[in-house]
Amino acid sequence: MEAKNEIRKISLNDFYPAVLAMKAENWRPVQICAVSVPGGYEMSYSFSKNYDMVTLRLEVDEEQEIASITHIYPCAYIQENEAEELFGVKISHIEPDYHDKLYRIDETTPFKVKE
Amino acid sequence: MAKRSIVPFGPQHPVLPEPVHLDLVLEDETVVGAIPSIGYVHRGLEKLVEKRDFKQYVYIAERICGICSCGHGLGYCMAVENVMGIEVPDRAKYLRTIWIEMSRVHSHLLWLGLLADAMGFESLFMESWRLREKILDMFDETTGGRIIHSVNQVGGVQKDMDSTMLNDVLRAVEDLQKELKPVIDTFLQDYTVQSRLKGTGILKRDDAIAMGAVGPMLRASGEPYDVRMLGYAAYGDLSVEPVISTGCDSYARCEVRLKELLQSFDLIREAIGKIPEGPVSVPVKGNPSGEYFVRIEQPRGEAIYYIKGNGTKYLDRFRLRTPTTSNIPPMVEMLKGCQLADVPILILTIDPCVSCTER
Repeated sequence: MEAKNEIRKISLNDFYPAVLAMKAENWRPVQICAVSVPGGYEMSYSFSKNYDMVTLRLEVDEEQEIASITHIYPCAYIQENEAEELFGVKISHIEPDYHDKLYRIDETTPFKVKE
Repeated sequence: MAKRSIVPFGPQHPVLPEPVHLDLVLEDETVVGAIPSIGYVHRGLEKLVEKRDFKQYVYIAERICGICSCGHGLGYCMAVENVMGIEVPDRAKYLRTIWIEMSRVHSHLLWLGLLADAMGFESLFMESWRLREKILDMFDETTGGRIIHSVNQVGGVQKDMDSTMLNDVLRAVEDLQKELKPVIDTFLQDYTVQSRLKGTGILKRDDAIAMGAVGPMLRASGEPYDVRMLGYAAYGDLSVEPVISTGCDSYARCEVRLKELLQSFDLIREAIGKIPEGPVSVPVKGNPSGEYFVRIEQPRGEAIYYIKGNGTKYLDRFRLRTPTTSNIPPMVEMLKGCQLADVPILILTIDPCVSCTER
């Protein structure tokens, strides 16, 4: 079976409306991945419908805040908390927000690339 | 109004082989909410990819978990192979398929044993695990390891199976299927099992999809989603159809796994019947540059592997989204409205794998 597996780059301003559109089209969230890049992060939000997979790629500066998608997709909270805790990505209004207590680890943002 | 109280569940509990904690919000004996909490054994294995040669990292990927070891090696290798444009020999694809289906049998039998144990049905637990030993013996014979197999490598597989081994696997599958029949009958027909599983832990199809459920958890809610349909490894040449049930309860999740055992036997037989001759690996030159998402169907459901390479032998990122990560939110949903006494069984029905989740 042939299935779509594509990455769509998207700006921070267009991100939330794009996620809302995915929800309206019945895409389900399948993974959220943070990658440290110089000066910021690449965030990948993947959605699946039937067997197609589309990933929304967001590039943000270290200090830029991303709105949580848990108000659209409540099940995203574990992976958003993980990105925030391991990488230090600033994600606002995660529901529920574990405030760095998802993983019981001593180091702060251990996956963030240290200068 | 009923009295509200919070009962901590886990991280140490007789039904949990690995640590997970839940704060259960109760009204009398009824669960009205649950807050999951993980992170007791987080190891940071994804980060280690930055310090290991991408070929060496296969060994670490395989050690993320003992139950899903073969699948993790496969998923990681497939991601690297996609980035590097490597075409794996057909025989290697079939061997990978045989081993990962054996892993599914091993994983489901392990889960059935744990479920029986959680219900206090000790003889059924011992019988399930006795049968599991047979598949572990086949792993031992074909790979040299019972739990960690180390068969996958970037570009193919490290080991081949000769005709004697393939015949032994066929014979073991025949024996196992025969011996499994009374176990399946007991799980599906026994009064005690039914009274514990039927009608408990209801997860409707729409809720399962909305909350991101995967694997047997999703298929037991009636959604025919099985990533093997994508045709990776040798699945494109084999007869795969998602096993579903429309019961939406704990019994349905048990039924799906039991039927998947039989499906795995069929797939192993079919793969052995069709396996072509030829090499089992190709040489790998250069380093990965680029990124790719790979999906495979692990025994517990869809797992997603992502790698990002920078042209050196060290990758920038390896990401694994495990089935259990996806199944925790629907589990919380399913707990709402259940009785406190049913919570251990319900948690077990998602087949949680904390080792994978806390990679």
